[in-house]
Amino acid sequence: MNLTLNIWRQDGPNAQGRMVTYQLADVSEHMSFLEMLDVLNEQLVEKGEEPIAFDSDCREGICGMCGLMINGKAHGPEVTTTCQLHMRSFNDGDTITVEPWRATAFPVLRDLVVDRSAFDRIIQAGGFISVNTGAAPEAHSVPVPKPKADRAFESAKCIGCGACVAACPNAAGMLFMGAKVTHLGELPQGQPERWARVVKMVAQHDHEGFGGCTNTGACADVCPKEIPLDVINQLNKDLRASMSKRA
Amino acid sequence: MTTTNPTPTADTFGMYTVGAPIADTKAPTTVPIDKMWTTRKFDAKLVNPSNRRKLTVIIVGTGLAGAAAAASLGEAGYNVQVFFYQDSARRAHSIAAQGGINAAKNYNGDGDSVYRLFYDTVKGGDYRARETNVYRLAEVSANIIDQCVAQGVPFAREYAGLLDNRSFGGTQVARTFYAAGQTGQQLLIGAYQALERQVAKGTVQEFKRHEMLELIVVDGRARGIVARNMVTGELETHLADAVVLASGGYGNVFFLSTNAMGCNVTATWRAHRKGAYFGNPCYTQIHPTCIPVAGDYQSKLTLMSESLRNDGRIWVPKRAEDCDKDPRQIPEEDRDYYLERIYPAFGNLVPRDIASRQAKNVCDEGRGVGPKVGDFRRGVYLDFAESIQRLGRAAIEEKYGNLFDMYAQITGESPYEVPMRIYPAVHYTMGGLWVDYDLQTSITGLYAAGEANFSDHGANRLGASSLMQCLGDGYFVLPNTIRDYLANGPFPKVAADAPEVTGALAAAQSRIDRLMAVNGERTVDSFHKELGHIMWEYCGMERTEEGLLKAIGLIRSLREEFWRNVRVLGSADTLNQSLERAGRVADFLELGELMCIDALHRRESCGGHFRAESQTDDGEALRHDDQFLYVAAWEFAGGGDGVVGTPVLHKEDLVYKSIELKQRSYK
Ligand SMILES: Cc1cc2nc3c(=O)[nH]c(=O)nc-3n(C[C@H](O)[C@H](O)[C@H](O)COP(=O)(O)OP(=O)(O)OC[C@H]3O[C@@H](n4cnc5c(N)ncnc54)[C@H](O)[C@@H]3O)c2cc1C
Ligand code: SF4
Ligand code: FES
Repeated sequence: MNLTLNIWRQDGPNAQGRMVTYQLADVSEHMSFLEMLDVLNEQLVEKGEEPIAFDSDCREGICGMCGLMINGKAHGPEVTTTCQLHMRSFNDGDTITVEPWRATAFPVLRDLVVDRSAFDRIIQAGGFISVNTGAAPEAHSVPVPKPKADRAFESAKCIGCGACVAACPNAAGMLFMGAKVTHLGELPQGQPERWARVVKMVAQHDHEGFGGCTNTGACADVCPKEIPLDVINQLNKDLRASMSKRA
Repeated sequence: MTTTNPTPTADTFGMYTVGAPIADTKAPTTVPIDKMWTTRKFDAKLVNPSNRRKLTVIIVGTGLAGAAAAASLGEAGYNVQVFFYQDSARRAHSIAAQGGINAAKNYNGDGDSVYRLFYDTVKGGDYRARETNVYRLAEVSANIIDQCVAQGVPFAREYAGLLDNRSFGGTQVARTFYAAGQTGQQLLIGAYQALERQVAKGTVQEFKRHEMLELIVVDGRARGIVARNMVTGELETHLADAVVLASGGYGNVFFLSTNAMGCNVTATWRAHRKGAYFGNPCYTQIHPTCIPVAGDYQSKLTLMSESLRNDGRIWVPKRAEDCDKDPRQIPEEDRDYYLERIYPAFGNLVPRDIASRQAKNVCDEGRGVGPKVGDFRRGVYLDFAESIQRLGRAAIEEKYGNLFDMYAQITGESPYEVPMRIYPAVHYTMGGLWVDYDLQTSITGLYAAGEANFSDHGANRLGASSLMQCLGDGYFVLPNTIRDYLANGPFPKVAADAPEVTGALAAAQSRIDRLMAVNGERTVDSFHKELGHIMWEYCGMERTEEGLLKAIGLIRSLREEFWRNVRVLGSADTLNQSLERAGRVADFLELGELMCIDALHRRESCGGHFRAESQTDDGEALRHDDQFLYVAAWEFAGGGDGVVGTPVLHKEDLVYKSIELKQRSYK
């Protein structure tokens, strides 16, 4: 198929960005979206133009490194990661607009590459269970009921890609944070720090410049790991409970 | 087939020279094998807690090995600096591991034990691993599970709330712990969270989007690194008392592999150039169950976890003329379940090297399935119809749902409806920096952990054993052994303008300048792809003397062309992904030659290293223990960029005291 691509180019963190239009011919429907960009980049280099910078690593939908706004939708038209999106989701003659994540907390570094360090700092604030190496009890000493283990796992599937933030009209990081709070909060091992954790993480989230949640559900709609919206309810519940426990 | 059993000769083809053997690997071999690790831990010197923060350790890599080591050393109170090329420590390639992690817990009471895990690993590695290290790995395996569970890793559980296990290839017990098809992700998130906790405490400092380009060696000790800030392009020097490389494997030398796009050999290769021996570089694992290559635009290959072989059956049509039929229309009696036929004891669960080679064999016979690539169809079926019928779709979905979805996403076909098509792909590198029992390389103060070292898997790694090794190294081995070294420190302060520091910086700078200056005609990727073709063709699943000699010639001329004709655009002082790749490909072009030399010199077949000249009557790998029962540790003897010289081979004899050396059989 033949495509017209409008792609965001920006030379550096403080540079002015602009949309640039490229034509790309003979795109196979079996290519992934990023392979399509690889092909475009090879052609640009051959023509002596600088290739487009974009992030990716695993290309299997698990590392969370990739992430593009494609025609205004985080990760594009399917519910998957950008690297797992394939060109069979597009048609010959399509015009496709490609932009980086847009959020105050995720500044653009170059072209389509953004800085998501804010997510790491939210985890640093409390997204862990404090157990030093060597201090762990025998694994079977604490059974975990399967429904709880399963819900913890479902929430732990978050890949930290940031699509939820990019999709949210308020650029909130609530789905990401709710996923972590739910993962650790479902497990017996996560109980001792449960109430302090949620308070510290939320404080960091607000400090980073993420917006507030107004329940639009836009985040869960684009989440490639289908993290359900109810983790945000869980987060709010835990936050309220922690307030009353502190009072 | 007839037995071809050439008498190996010491002919070096003028490609290498032989140096002094390695006599001592520092394992406390005076005590029985099951007491060695306890002895070593006890004998390793202690560092007073108040001195620890005065000692700096640089760790390159935040995969399972690096993140586990960094978190543990941070907890112990050392001053840790970690470097990684992604934008978050959580994205290291370990995140992609699917199937599971082994541990000798014997929760199923099926006869598992530390000894059995040790035995399976040595046998699986075709008796080319170092016994003492493997035993220790089996010993620490159970603690890994405890540690991960305590961190909140949500392993799969049974209804009673206890941990569930599955089986992997090369074993007859179920000892693999898993979290659906996302085990690596869950383990890494656990280690990452432990790491971030230390970042918050100030014991660990993270350097994200930083790529290590040189090792700094002062007075024979590793004392720091040169790293490039990949956002600003700045070259930085970082100094420390010890350096740990946990930078992963080098499978991307083949261009197409199951590794992440950024996986590279640069960190370990740069250390190799500074004196660290490279162990068994030719031992590569070709994984049997990957999605076949679809086109030349392809950037990577996708693994379908080995765990699928628990419930999927592998087959091809008996007759070549059935190969383009709808597989569902091919009746049972016309199918060849070749692994079950040839290896009745292990069936679909034979080790990876065997499953891969047999897939190649049936395709070479013209019985492959799927689209033709060149003259052959390169694919075999992995069929779940029977297990879906037996266990129900829901059960299969629970175990493998995400893998099935991934397969459907990539191929557009649903494995619930039609059998998967799979083919072997490069997956893992058993070779890596040579290390002793303490995981110290041949450079004092330089350690290597995880896939970056050569240590535990011999000539073939069993499934679910890498995660175990990475976490074993990171949580339990390294923190105990490195303290013995650090107890001698802090070492004399290295001045920022010491010649060793400025020299390393200048070397990194001039390399970048050269890459930018070539301004030739060909893209970086075109060189990488061509190198990958050479490696796959001549140093892949089957190797011959003739092919390897040819490959070495091809690599040499490709490398020469690279430095004269590569095109890297843009500038070096911004985020420049072409430049990053160019540096990595330059190192792969040197490594590829060493891999071929290693493969050429090892005139036997063992594990993943199959020399066509050395096979049994029925086509299995034939070892020559009389000649090759050693680790090949290569010393660099070359010059500047692109000049690799004539490497020096140091042999470490393998001594088996706790295991009887046998020809491997899975029949
Ligand atoms: C698809 C797939 C599935 C797998 N499934 C399993 C499984 O089920 N079970 C199992 O046991 N094994 C599995 N493996 C193998 C296993 O995942 C890896 O061997 C293991 O995770 C490697 O971990 P590591 O810590 O050594 O390095 P990695 O996780 O590869 O991490 C390397 C780190 O080094 C950093 N780095 C690299 N080079 C540089 C540089 N030059 N400068 C700075 N930083 C650098 C990277 O940023 C990264 O942080 C799988 C592998 C693949 C590819
Ligand atoms: S919650 Fe979903 S969209 Fe948000 S970071 Fe996690 S995986 Fe990405
Ligand atoms: S590149 Fe890893 S999730 Fe897309």
